[in-house]
Amino acid sequence: MGAILVNTLTFTVRFSVALLIASMGEMFNQKAGIFNLGCEGIMSMGAFLGMLIPFSVGGAGAVPGYVNILGLVVGALCGALMGLLFGLVVVTFRAPQGIAGIGMQMFGVGLAGTFFRSFIGGQQSITGIESVAIPGLSKIPVLGDILFSHNPVVYFAYLLVPLAWFVIYKTPWGMKVRAVGTFPLAADSLGIKVNRIRYQSLAVGGAMAGFAGAFLTLCQAKQFSAGIINGRGFIAVALVYFGQWHPVKILMGAILFTFAESLQRQVQMFGQAFPYEFLAMLPYILVIVVLAFNRKSNKFGPAALGKPFNREMRV
Amino acid sequence: MSNYKLIYRITVLTAAVFIALLVGAAIIIAVGGNVFETYWIILSMPFKNFRSLCEVFTRMIPLMIIALGICVSSRCGINNIGAEGQMHMGVVAACAVAFAVQGLPRLIAIPLCILAAALAGGAYGFVPGFLKAKLEVSELLSTVMLNYAAALFYNFCIRVPLRDPNDATGTPMSARLPDNTLLSKFFRGTSFHGGIILAILLVVVIYVLLFKTTWGYKMRAAGASARAARYGGINVPKYLIIAMVISGACAGMAGATELMGLQTRAMENITSGYGFSGIVVALFASLHPIAVIPAAFFFGILLYSQVNLQILTSVPPNLVQTIQGVIILIIVALQMIINNPYSQEKFRKRFFKNQIKDIKEA
Amino acid sequence: MAKEIKELRVEHITKRFPGVLASDNISLSVGEHEILALVGENGAGKTTLMNMIMGLYQPDEGSIFINGEEVKFKDPNDAFSAGIGMVHQRYMLVPNMTVLENVALGLKESWKTVVDLKMVRDRVKEVSEHYGLAVDPDAYIWQLSVGEQQRVELVKTLCQGAKFLILDEPTSALTPQETDDLIKLLKRMSNELSIIFISHKLNEVKALSDKVCILRHGKVVFEGNTSDYTPKQIAAMMTGHEVETTENKNAPVEGEPVLNIKDLCVKSDRDFYALDHFNLDVRAGEIVGLAGVSGNGQKELAEVINGLRKVESGTIEFMGKQIQNMTPAQVIKRGMGYIPEERNIEGIVPSMSIKENIILKDSESSRFSKQHILNNKVIEDYANKLRDEFDIRSPHIHVPAGSLSGGNIQKVILAREIDRNPKFLVCVYPIRGLDMGAAEFIHKQLLALRERGVGILLISEELEEIMNLSDRIAVIFKGKNQKVLMKGEATTSRLGELMAGVGD
Repeated sequence: MGAILVNTLTFTVRFSVALLIASMGEMFNQKAGIFNLGCEGIMSMGAFLGMLIPFSVGGAGAVPGYVNILGLVVGALCGALMGLLFGLVVVTFRAPQGIAGIGMQMFGVGLAGTFFRSFIGGQQSITGIESVAIPGLSKIPVLGDILFSHNPVVYFAYLLVPLAWFVIYKTPWGMKVRAVGTFPLAADSLGIKVNRIRYQSLAVGGAMAGFAGAFLTLCQAKQFSAGIINGRGFIAVALVYFGQWHPVKILMGAILFTFAESLQRQVQMFGQAFPYEFLAMLPYILVIVVLAFNRKSNKFGPAALGKPFNREMRV
Repeated sequence: MSNYKLIYRITVLTAAVFIALLVGAAIIIAVGGNVFETYWIILSMPFKNFRSLCEVFTRMIPLMIIALGICVSSRCGINNIGAEGQMHMGVVAACAVAFAVQGLPRLIAIPLCILAAALAGGAYGFVPGFLKAKLEVSELLSTVMLNYAAALFYNFCIRVPLRDPNDATGTPMSARLPDNTLLSKFFRGTSFHGGIILAILLVVVIYVLLFKTTWGYKMRAAGASARAARYGGINVPKYLIIAMVISGACAGMAGATELMGLQTRAMENITSGYGFSGIVVALFASLHPIAVIPAAFFFGILLYSQVNLQILTSVPPNLVQTIQGVIILIIVALQMIINNPYSQEKFRKRFFKNQIKDIKEA
Repeated sequence: MAKEIKELRVEHITKRFPGVLASDNISLSVGEHEILALVGENGAGKTTLMNMIMGLYQPDEGSIFINGEEVKFKDPNDAFSAGIGMVHQRYMLVPNMTVLENVALGLKESWKTVVDLKMVRDRVKEVSEHYGLAVDPDAYIWQLSVGEQQRVELVKTLCQGAKFLILDEPTSALTPQETDDLIKLLKRMSNELSIIFISHKLNEVKALSDKVCILRHGKVVFEGNTSDYTPKQIAAMMTGHEVETTENKNAPVEGEPVLNIKDLCVKSDRDFYALDHFNLDVRAGEIVGLAGVSGNGQKELAEVINGLRKVESGTIEFMGKQIQNMTPAQVIKRGMGYIPEERNIEGIVPSMSIKENIILKDSESSRFSKQHILNNKVIEDYANKLRDEFDIRSPHIHVPAGSLSGGNIQKVILAREIDRNPKFLVCVYPIRGLDMGAAEFIHKQLLALRERGVGILLISEELEEIMNLSDRIAVIFKGKNQKVLMKGEATTSRLGELMAGVGD
């Protein structure tokens, strides 16, 4: 039983990363008033590029560290570009964001699948970024395994939480993002370029989603498949609601969600009798239940979320 | 709908398809394919012989039925992207009922199966509708989550309770449905099946519902402005839920036709992404039930091409999903132009100078 | 710091929006320490003109000069650096940010790596002490009253170094007493600043401005020194004809109340009590005006009567039956009519046609549908009939109602509400934003309805409208009915005191 728990917690720390980064990214989008359901598609492309770059350099073998990092960076860049593309549709053309997000999702997942089949072909694996046991700390019983035996990107991801908090609540840019997402007309009347800020936050959010996707292939799965994201992008969006648009609460949401998922996997491995499908459903049901009992939180949301900005419609 | 408006919309939609094909061309070049060959295969193969055309018709059936459901929900102001899940539930229900009604005459057995699928899909649509209406849960999120849950539930059903007892391969799937629950084929050697009758029937039903009845009127009012509808004494949450149930029931029935007309047994991946393609079709049809027919034909061609691309070219069939995504992005981006009365008016003045101002509208 | 502005002049400014000529060859000028009142009816193009001076819109033709030099403002930043600041009619403050953060949003000097709130705090302190504008720098905007928010707006604009202030209807949400204070403040400020002041309340224009400029349909129809003209003359030039107000000259109504509200407590969206033991009754064939500064519970009162809001405690008796916490449909069925405040998004479904909007409340009535199937022919005939009777100007009944002008939208709503023979009508800000012609039409219709024995609750901020039409006048302040006055007892100053919460 103890082993199950330690394993579950270790997995939780590691597997929450992709979700956490993607949710932080989505938080930037939503703080600026954009609801980007295309996160799933952006993560797919990030995941594909995270695979493609080390694979085309060294195949399944080990590659120099910088190649793996390049994979993460390119994944993030592609994500930023896709974020900007989404901006073109929903900011400039003021399209309804929910459906546009579904289009983005189909586009990203489809494109990643197309390229994967052409450039990589079939089931291949890469070495990716290995976990590093931090000398000393990782020897601490129990905690060492849970907290200090991960790959470096994991720590980086956790650092993003205070960083995101700082950017949103302390810097001028974060202040503008919040203004643009809450009352764009006010920002506009002060000469702040509403649409420009929205594009910027979409690029930041997209980059983080792409990075999260690349993390999945490079640090977690070490391979790519069409269904690799498996709804994580959608869950990342839901977590932003769950976390009431606050970085720390989103972190807690990501951990809670991943804990449920890891536990489910562990139980699945040990207890065969219970149909695993029902356990696998739990995280999804959990999201719905949490959203249902958390409805008051909508009041914390950016007031202009999902509303395109149009200066001429000042009323 | 007046003449010039229709032509205006068609023009804009054609432009959307054209841009999407350009993007597609860029992708084809990127993966080293031949653009013209690929598009020639996509567009000409369906018309090569009657059998291939029937393949397109077969794909139209679930596309139409799902898109009709989406028309209802979207017109009522709720985005149903859970058609995948509702379709899965429909397949499970139809399959279970099919084995229960073994021996009954076809005219009773088939409607029973379809009814079961409609109820199951409707019930599965009820959940996000209820959550949205009563607890303000975003339907975009809840339907997506329910899709994943339904897929898992479906996998469980074909792995355990509905599993073919005589199967030796180990593939999770149900036994072949009893003959009295199978929809007959129109032409020997083709896949085109009786589900189309249901699809056409639903076009009429949904059209009348939306535009000729008080229920449809209230749903559209609720979707166009929930506040005004509430002010006018319309019980908005109630109609939101009803619209979601209808939408889910349609998706469920689409699952039943796919099961009873084409696959004949419940197997993995039976929904093959129709739930999402249905959204594209509905959008493409500007949420008008009658326009769903040509829109579904067009996307039927696109979906059928997946088979040919696989066989005849090096271009991966995932291209089709990509193009669908691009079409959604373009259509929603152009919506502002499509529905903009000023650009419509400009268009009318430019090309329809002689036409008297028409006053009819759909 | 921006240079002094000796003169701001606009010449031959023209701006077109799709289908509207918002500004038509406008020229005007304001000198140093001068206060110019820009008056005109709603929709005359005042705000559009000011938005062009602020760089929010670009003029299609014409130019702007400061101290004789032509300037081109690409966006508000250019206007700010030239020393021009504007307080918009709807306050441009982000509600979930503090006063300091709101000021910082417009203060580029504070945008270091981290927002330099200390610097902002010093600046706010300096400005508020200099002009006597007390604000709490750490309060969140949503915690502030309307008057306080206006001070924050002024402080924000002044912190940016504005030498030239544009105020868009600054008094529209203030009580008469608050208005007096503001006018004193602005008078004082004009020693250091130049001010353009948009208003359509002529007594304020008289009290404050040196010069007056009147816009009508996007054109300057008059410019001159305020002191040379009487308010009545200005009003005449504003509307193009001598103002004739529709007046209710009938004797007071006797009888039993049709609507009787007792001890009503209702919560607002923000969870505080918007109505606090509110009492009011209205008799058949009587117009009761409800005066008050907006935001004192009027919106909630209208909604709660019509079943759109939950009652916490107390009763609403309508025609002898209690209707509190009924659904809107049930209230409508009992004969309640309602002209809502937000006519564009609540009174009509904007994307639906006039025809469809006409039956919004009656689609299930046996007249328009049988077995839930709509009878298109009957509905069309009916809509055409109402279109003629109520003079709704539109090419036909199939155009989206949202594409009509404000006056015509209001006529669609009025037609629907009146023609279904209500027993009572709740009427909220019925002429806000309408031109005089449409307003007069609507007032006549209300009086005719009164003649037919319908009770009317008229909620308005325009004291003149209330005093002209009502048989009795109630005043609401902080969710309480302050007092009910008979038509003869009400004067502007008496109502003003009641609206400010001063009891008598």
